[in-house]
Amino acid sequence: MAKGIRELRRRIKSVKNTRQITKAMKMVAAAKLRRAQETAEAARPYARKIQEVISSIASGTTNVKHPMLQSRPVKKTGYIVITSDRGLAGGYNANMIRKVITTIAEKHKSQDEYTIFVIGRKGRDYFRKRNYPVIQEIIGLPESPTFADVKKISSAAVQLFAEEKIDELYICYNEFQSAISQVPTITRLLPLDAVAGEASDRKVNYEYEPSAEEVLAVLLPKYAETIVYSSVLDSKASFYGAQMTAMGNATDNATDMIGRYTLQYNRARQAAITQEISEIVAGANAQA
Amino acid sequence: MSKMTVEVVTPERVVYSGEANMVIARGVEGDLGILPNHMPLVTPLKIAPVRIKLEGDKELVIAVSGGFMEVRGDKVTIIAESAELPGDIDVERAKQAKERAEKRLNEKHPDLDMIRAQRALERALLRLDVTKNI
Repeated sequence: MAKGIRELRRRIKSVKNTRQITKAMKMVAAAKLRRAQETAEAARPYARKIQEVISSIASGTTNVKHPMLQSRPVKKTGYIVITSDRGLAGGYNANMIRKVITTIAEKHKSQDEYTIFVIGRKGRDYFRKRNYPVIQEIIGLPESPTFADVKKISSAAVQLFAEEKIDELYICYNEFQSAISQVPTITRLLPLDAVAGEASDRKVNYEYEPSAEEVLAVLLPKYAETIVYSSVLDSKASFYGAQMTAMGNATDNATDMIGRYTLQYNRARQAAITQEISEIVAGANAQA
Repeated sequence: MSKMTVEVVTPERVVYSGEANMVIARGVEGDLGILPNHMPLVTPLKIAPVRIKLEGDKELVIAVSGGFMEVRGDKVTIIAESAELPGDIDVERAKQAKERAEKRLNEKHPDLDMIRAQRALERALLRLDVTKNI
């Protein structure tokens, strides 16, 4: 009996330690989440501006032709998969990867039909181990990635599309909805759907130098890269959101566990005392 | 003298936002001076300094690379992959980048990305150029 008590005491102590860590991680994640959201917010004006100009070109001039706007028969598809470098964020990476591989399994018959760009150590390890065709990877992105950090992948992907080595480009990331809800999403980046529409109410007739087509040729790849960048920022925020939730749950579970163990411990302790008393009483009775 | 608002935006932040009398930028077709009430214009920019003339003969120089400029009414927006005020530039780093790029270009590796090295050199030179006269 005494051994059971000691065992319980040790467990309680160990779970308390764990709770301390998860609690700290939760708070750190909460702070980082706020910063990640701010960065994501700061990137928005840039993307909005580019989009504005592109849509005004698209709506102002009819028949603008650019390869990035046209669908062609799909022989090969590219996927940019954004995961995190670290775990301890609940189903953050697992959900994303699962969604990607089910999509791939549905759409493609052989590995020749797609290629993967991966950001984040978790995704990289997964796809590498299972021999998926990973063409490029970025790991160890800093806390708040800069545009240059992401450019390696975004411009490579856009260039492959321009060279017609891939005919479609999808971007797979955890869309940030709120601190407690992140949705794994797969959206088509290229060819770009008509970006027009939104800005049509404030149409401006620009002068383009040298020409509308050439401006468009500069802007469209930039736009695509910007979307990749903002997706990365978005999934950073999602990651911290997911981590915060996961660590919050872990802390709650630890508290529950400590409660249960404490109850068990007290019961065992009481039982031991009761037993001891009855032994003494029994001994005294035997003497009498 | 009439004024216009100028905004310099990168993916990371808004680098500069304020009033100006004139903006001088190097477009792909050549230098452009934008005064207030310019007609709406969109043009890609070269890797070059953008000069913003402020109130009272003051001038602000910003190192802009990979950008374009939009002029609309009394508002000039410069959107760039990177834009730095002279004070924000790390001169040492720019010097190193310049040497690295020059070395690369001189080696003339067949499998080397010449365009990339060239761009890197241009960027480094631009940064050094902008920091020279502060």
